[in-house]
Amino acid sequence: MASPVGILIVSHSAKIAEGALELAKQMAPSVTVVAAGGTDGGALGTSFEKISSGITAAQQGSGVVILCDLGSAILTAETALDFLDDAERALVVIADAPIVEGAVAAAVASETGGSLHDVTAAARTATGIADPHADERSLSRAEVQGAVERSATLVNPSGLHARPAAEFVKHAGAFESTIQINGVDAKSLLRIMGLGLPKGSTVSIVATGPDAAEAVDALIELVEGGFGEL
Amino acid sequence: MSLGISWVTAWIDDTVEVVSHNRTRLSELDREIGDGDHGENLDRGFSAVKVKFDTLPDDATPGAALKLVATTLISTVGGASGPLLGTAFLKGAQALGDAPEINADGVVALLTAARDGVVLRGKAEPGDKTMIDAWTPAVDAAGEAAAAGASPAGVLRAAAAAASAGAESTEPLVARKGRASYLGERAIGHRDPGAESSALIITAAADAAAATEG
Repeated sequence: MASPVGILIVSHSAKIAEGALELAKQMAPSVTVVAAGGTDGGALGTSFEKISSGITAAQQGSGVVILCDLGSAILTAETALDFLDDAERALVVIADAPIVEGAVAAAVASETGGSLHDVTAAARTATGIADPHADERSLSRAEVQGAVERSATLVNPSGLHARPAAEFVKHAGAFESTIQINGVDAKSLLRIMGLGLPKGSTVSIVATGPDAAEAVDALIELVEGGFGEL
Repeated sequence: MSLGISWVTAWIDDTVEVVSHNRTRLSELDREIGDGDHGENLDRGFSAVKVKFDTLPDDATPGAALKLVATTLISTVGGASGPLLGTAFLKGAQALGDAPEINADGVVALLTAARDGVVLRGKAEPGDKTMIDAWTPAVDAAGEAAAAGASPAGVLRAAAAAASAGAESTEPLVARKGRASYLGERAIGHRDPGAESSALIITAAADAAAATEG
């Protein structure tokens, strides 16, 4: 099996980078997470050297996702990428994501075997999680007419927590349709985890789009099958 | 007249001095609308460049010298201006290639590539209240001066005047990039520190060229 995708956390502050690393590692102990916070002198700022060596350290063969905080963290990370050769650069992605939530979502996706693409997507969708219903909206008449909805009960012991949620997102992400689970975006790992659904909860899956029926059937099957935990 | 490696070393010496002299003022500008470290960051970067230049071989080309400026700024500045100015010097160095001497058109090519490097890195446009507001008028004025037959020093003098005016023109603007963009209309009335320091760097290039040409 391929080694997990590595994660590099770039912050102006060494404490933020190390704190985000600690939080991410708690959920993903086997993932290589590297912190590149502060300047070479330990002040607030970003270090080209720390980022460059961090990319090397986080690269275990399956790629590296970089999470950044403010301005110069992103600019310095992009500059570090410019100094890589094409083959190296193809395996490194700077995720447009909030640094803490993105790092946790990326780490969980990596821990559960996600590809570079999956891990990047997990980070990118880790937004708006303070309000798990932020993306809830009324469906238009056309969407209602074309929508497919099915419900199921969570039968696996851990409910919809980290690993099953990551599994769910990976499957949902394979479909073109817009999919919601209990009102939240089914392709957003942190929003699904934010629902905090335990065993015995009912999940309602609604999809609209060209492959809506296939998507709902596949996801219901995944839920009813207990995410392979049974 | 053309400019060679002695111009580059004089330019960098002048820049080290002018950045050190303006360190507090640049950080004060940055304190108004940013995080207050621009002067210290640039001073640290150019001080490191000065140390690196001591080991520059006597037969180094202008391009090689500017590439050394680029990599040193990227490694030592620690703020957004590190990658931004670093990319400017890197692209400028690439535009010069191995040429030992730079004519008026070469100066325009250098400034244009540097400006394009800043745009590539920072994605800012004129009017966003960034260093681009100094670089772009400098490039335009340099092109006009070269077309009118100015010497390399004359091209740089025109670029420096336009860069300084461009830095001043950032005062009434609302910032659309960087930390100052968080302030909205509160940034109005403050000069952008990055535009100001870029104008100082381009002015140092012009001063060094004037001294080199005698």
